Amino acid sequence: MAKVLERKPLTFAEKTYLPQVLGGLKITFKNMLGKKVTMEYPEERPNIPDNYRGVPTLVHDPNGREKCVSCQLCEFVCPPKAIRITPGSIPEGDEHEHVEKAPQDFEINMLRCIYCGMCQEVCPEEAIFLQDVYSLVGTSREELVFHKKKLYELGGTRPDQHYKWDVKKAAEEEALAGNGHH
Amino acid sequence: MPEDASKLVNINIDGQDYKVPAGMNMVDAASYCGVEIPHYCYHPKLTVAGNCRMCLVEMGTPMRDRSTGEPVLDENGVQKIGWMPKPAIACASNATPGLHIRTNSDLTKACRTGVMEFLLVNHPLDCPICDQAGECRLQEFATDYGRGYSRFVEEKNVKPKRTVLGPRVILDDERCILCSRCVRFTEEIDENPVLGFTQRGSHSTLTCYPGQELDSNYSLNTVDICPVGALTSTDFRFKMRVWFLKPVNSICTESSAGVNTEVWSREGKIYRITPRRNDAVNDTWMADSGRALYKQVEAESRMKLPRISGNQVSLAEAIERAAELIKSGPTAYVASGKLSVEEQFLLGKLAKVKPGSVYFVDHSREGDSRLISEDATPNLRGGLVTGLISELPGERLDALADALKAGEVKTVVSFGENLINAGIGPELLKKTDLVYLGTHRNDTTDLARVLIPTLTVFEKAGSFINRQFRLQRFLQAVPGLAGLLPDVVVLTRILGDISGDKTPDPSMTELWAEIAQAIPALKDLSFAKIGDSGVELDGSAYDNLPFHEKPGWHYEPKLEPATTSGSSF
Ligand code: SF4
Ligand code: SF4
Ligand code: SF4
Ligand code: SF4
Ligand code: FES
Repeated sequence: MAKVLERKPLTFAEKTYLPQVLGGLKITFKNMLGKKVTMEYPEERPNIPDNYRGVPTLVHDPNGREKCVSCQLCEFVCPPKAIRITPGSIPEGDEHEHVEKAPQDFEINMLRCIYCGMCQEVCPEEAIFLQDVYSLVGTSREELVFHKKKLYELGGTRPDQHYKWDVKKAAEEEALAGNGHH
Repeated sequence: MPEDASKLVNINIDGQDYKVPAGMNMVDAASYCGVEIPHYCYHPKLTVAGNCRMCLVEMGTPMRDRSTGEPVLDENGVQKIGWMPKPAIACASNATPGLHIRTNSDLTKACRTGVMEFLLVNHPLDCPICDQAGECRLQEFATDYGRGYSRFVEEKNVKPKRTVLGPRVILDDERCILCSRCVRFTEEIDENPVLGFTQRGSHSTLTCYPGQELDSNYSLNTVDICPVGALTSTDFRFKMRVWFLKPVNSICTESSAGVNTEVWSREGKIYRITPRRNDAVNDTWMADSGRALYKQVEAESRMKLPRISGNQVSLAEAIERAAELIKSGPTAYVASGKLSVEEQFLLGKLAKVKPGSVYFVDHSREGDSRLISEDATPNLRGGLVTGLISELPGERLDALADALKAGEVKTVVSFGENLINAGIGPELLKKTDLVYLGTHRNDTTDLARVLIPTLTVFEKAGSFINRQFRLQRFLQAVPGLAGLLPDVVVLTRILGDISGDKTPDPSMTELWAEIAQAIPALKDLSFAKIGDSGVELDGSAYDNLPFHEKPGWHYEPKLEPATTSGSSF
């Protein structure tokens, strides 16, 4: 059923427009004379809080090991299907051979990503983080599909609490040396 | 007590009465009633080992007085159930009249939680790099019955990882839960007992006998039955997560055994083939060699473009030219058991519209008395049932060669047959109007006037009749190569061009409606009716043919098999 709204006639003060003009001026002067809130971007950059969800990036641990093992859980969970991983194995004789698996390629289509942070939340290896990168420009679609190399460059190094694979390797070496557990 | 499917007995699961075949293993009986009993070591096709203890349930039987043997009744006159004081393993019990089990009691759940905790004590945190993740029983039951955190503060055992057991299997001992399924498989089914445990207790380690390898052609079955990620396939290792893969029911084309399979693909790319259970054909097993057949889809020699005299043309042009050549004739057709029943049926129609002899080529070789039969084609019997042939084919096409030499035949249509191998020399072929429909390049394809690339078994649907005269269907797992059409469509269009009566491309349902009418042996059947486990046809009309197949799993020849010539394949 149609709803009829009653339109009230303007009062005299409203008809002069003066109270509105004064109200506007008041706001203008308050901001003109008060503390500055804008900054000279891009020369000046804002401080990004720790829990900011910027561009998803891949990270190394403090020993320089690439943390992603290409388990593809983030690829599975990503709502807009922005992630595409080509799994691969770590070759025999490599320093990190015991980790067995690492991505051959890792693509994130930044045109698809919605910065939801699900990938970071699901990652069992703490390898993918949405960090402080917020400015994203490109001149083609291809340029905005970030590959493994770029993702690691953006990600840098993050502290690690567990060193899960180093502990594992140490235990293996201990066992080989005949100490500790079989 | 052996299983007797003809006799049903009453059992009671969680207070509900069910009827199950007498003697059925209780793990199977429960699943037959829709109740899951978690288990690791039990496998329906292997002997019972009873070592994992995951299937513990409370169990009771109707009470009888020990001295008189009279049933003990309660106050309502119903026979009392004597519950055993301790839980028992379901996998070591069979369905007997009145057997009661409890699968959801507190005690049962406590057992499962306890067993899970022990299994996980030394289990590595490998799920992110473990190929089994997503189809791992340990993961599944850990979610259901796991504690969620570890109370184990000691160091975990270290065991060998990345051990190469054989050319196709890699072992990670830390993930092994010592269920012994693989050991029993190699001993009981493969009869090549190379696997066993060394050490004791939690240090037990699965090992290959020194100096031996797990290299049998059935080794990948151990990977299938391993409930965890201890045994993994070298070919599939780290290729793709299983949760991205879509399984489609198919039939293995390696031989006339007609092994039931599942083809796993993601976005049109096949990653692996695994066996599908069919108790009448292959149980739960499959040969390793059949699993590699998916590689033919992306093989280098795959033909992608239709050609006329070597020049690239569109498929429509190639079909038109093929129809012209067939029509101008005189024509002969060369096919084999590689074609599906539907394709053979349409070939039969073609050979009626444009009469010409139909030759089949024999592809026999050495079998393994198991699931690789002596006949390397999946559907020779389809040729018999569809009436294309009435005798078993030979390996050579000498009669056709003679007819070509004498000029009695001008056009030859080859359905994926390498005519040069079958004894028709290149000189003779060059003078022939050869129409070739097939998937991969060979000596003959280069000489074809008209070359129509077709689709592999993974890219189309159809059915085969295996050595037991069992009609089984395969479904399309991945899309066909761009620009190509299924053989049945190509054949229908050629038929339309020749007869001038163009019909729309048939669906499987329509095609089968026609087949059921035309072929008495297949009447009352439809593509849907073949179902997932196939339909056994009456093959008695062909009992007197000396098929090449020797006895194999689930197969006994009716006659003494003819000797195979082996190497010609
Ligand atoms: S932030 Fe969300 S949308 Fe972006 S890659 Fe991660 S899961 Fe996908
Ligand atoms: S980033 Fe994390 S979740 Fe994604 S594949 Fe790598 S390890 Fe797995
Ligand atoms: S066997 Fe199962 S539980 Fe163990 S690491 Fe592999 S997926 Fe995880
Ligand atoms: S390797 Fe797998 S199948 Fe073999 S005993 Fe260990 S868990 Fe069982
Ligand atoms: S399944 Fe019964 S003990 Fe393992």
